[in-house]
Amino acid sequence: MAGIAIENVRKSFGSMTALKELSLNVEDGEFVALLGPSGCGKTTLLRIVAGLETRTSGRILVGGRDVSDLPPRERKLAMVFQNYAVFPHMTVYENIAFGLRMAKADRTKVERQVQRAAGLMHIEHLLGRHPGQLSGGQRQRVAVARALAVEPSVLLMDEPLSNLDALLRMEMRAELKAVLREAGTTTLYVTHDQTEAMGLADRIAVMHGGRIEQLAPPMAVYRTPATVFVGSFVGAPPMNFLRCQAADGAVAIGALKLACPRNSGEIVMGVRAEDLLPATAGTGLPFEVRVVEPLGSHALLTGTAHRQQIRVVYAGERDVSAGETLHLAPIAGRICWMDAADGRAIEGTT
Amino acid sequence: MQARPAYLPYLLLAPSVLFLAALFLYPLAETILLSVRTAEGFSFDNYRRMAGDLNFASALGNTFLLVGVVVPLQIALALGLAQMLTKITRGREIVLWVWTIPMGVSDLAAGLVWLALLTDRGYVNSALFALGLIDGPTGWLSYETPVTLFVAIVLAEVWRATAIVLVILVAGFGLIPKEYGEAAEIFGATPWQRFTRVTLPLLKPSLQTALILRTVLAFEVFAVVFALGGRNFPVLVSEAYVWQFENQSYAVAAAYAVVVMAISLAATAIYLRVLRVKPEARL
Repeated sequence: MAGIAIENVRKSFGSMTALKELSLNVEDGEFVALLGPSGCGKTTLLRIVAGLETRTSGRILVGGRDVSDLPPRERKLAMVFQNYAVFPHMTVYENIAFGLRMAKADRTKVERQVQRAAGLMHIEHLLGRHPGQLSGGQRQRVAVARALAVEPSVLLMDEPLSNLDALLRMEMRAELKAVLREAGTTTLYVTHDQTEAMGLADRIAVMHGGRIEQLAPPMAVYRTPATVFVGSFVGAPPMNFLRCQAADGAVAIGALKLACPRNSGEIVMGVRAEDLLPATAGTGLPFEVRVVEPLGSHALLTGTAHRQQIRVVYAGERDVSAGETLHLAPIAGRICWMDAADGRAIEGTT
Repeated sequence: MQARPAYLPYLLLAPSVLFLAALFLYPLAETILLSVRTAEGFSFDNYRRMAGDLNFASALGNTFLLVGVVVPLQIALALGLAQMLTKITRGREIVLWVWTIPMGVSDLAAGLVWLALLTDRGYVNSALFALGLIDGPTGWLSYETPVTLFVAIVLAEVWRATAIVLVILVAGFGLIPKEYGEAAEIFGATPWQRFTRVTLPLLKPSLQTALILRTVLAFEVFAVVFALGGRNFPVLVSEAYVWQFENQSYAVAAAYAVVVMAISLAATAIYLRVLRVKPEARL
């Protein structure tokens, strides 16, 4: 077993900087998701770890061994690609056996591990087929089985579920989590889907503009985002951010008065849509409802408060209609105060 | 949108079908007829005359030898060049363009260029003489030097006609998503294993096209051979030429043509069979 240490890795393509000096430690057996919008450098980082991309500077250690200058085949890791990359000219069996064959494993070992990996991914019945005869979901299982068959200590995954339909994605997500937890495989997982990152990872590294904005367990990222970007990227709907004016260590919006960590000047109040609860009229924050989207378990309300757009998850008894004004009060301790200038969380709050 | 009449596709295809029928099928039938017709009726006499000729066996042998050496050499060379091209990013088009220049040279012109290089008082001999490596004009292309003559023909053919293989294979390489190579690399394949286990099998369709095209054309080799070796190196098509224009025996020349066609068809059939990609194994 092995952890991954990414030390001060920087990558530039000509004058374009894809990764700004970046460090990240993935503990042995840990599942870390690299989450971010396209172009944030997450795939580049994964490919540098894999050895498929060169770094401009810095080091990569796998299990304490410096692999920075080794070709991919000597790094002893496995990878699942976004578009599967299962070899079309080989049967499913040979695809899964590929890594073992390259390692010159003996026949009984190949047989045993192929069967085991196929069993984990429930594709034993497909071993004799070619990938061309499989559905997208089945091919994805083959790709994962091929990675698991070599019993890797480190597994890299590049948006492995993004080509599957929603239902299949949810199913595979749960299965992956179970299988990888069982195997104790150290996993670095690239995704732009925050649900996937939240659901799978032990820790999430939220990336933006070539740097890691926040590295924390899913709920910490969700509850206490380190920056405005993290708050608005993680969670659906995104976190609400209200710019307010501080005076004497507090902000007052409508009838709502909250203590804040700034004595004066502008400050940003971050609050999750579900952390705003209806309050009695005349108290709390006035919220003018513009759109109501009933979603079954709750309704998603979009509207304006303090002349800024926010979203509210409304689970109250009474039906709400557009044009109404509600009064909202945030749940105590669920407010994140952000610096208005640099968008970073103000230390010591929340 | 208006529904198209069912006959429209056939109507659009008709000109090309007619063109091929008039300029390909008809002459082909004529040639076959010509080869089996004699004064007394239909027989294989012309084929007997062809096979009984002193040069037939050597022409057949030489042609196969040439194809057997030139085509594999071209495929190997083109694979190497195409592989190198995939590694460069800047100036790739220019390199490819330069490499394909010989494709634009007519085969007779190419033969004459190589003749100018290799003839007794050609550039190569002048250079070797200037370097003091030879004492005077040395023959490379006479019947007394069959080995150097053969090497010269192979060189000229490889120089002239590798580009078409290269172009086909470069296109083929472009069709293989790079993830396959990367996946192989991640799972421990050495560059050679990546090439033999992943690249080559996925390149099969392009290889098949290139092989069919090159082999068929190589069996028809003529101008380069004739320019460099004249009758010192008889091949099937040069013999057909000799029978046609020197011996004025059109029927035997036609028999040669039919033999060349039969060999080409057989080679094509073999490639289609051996290099076929099963439907389930397609990309």
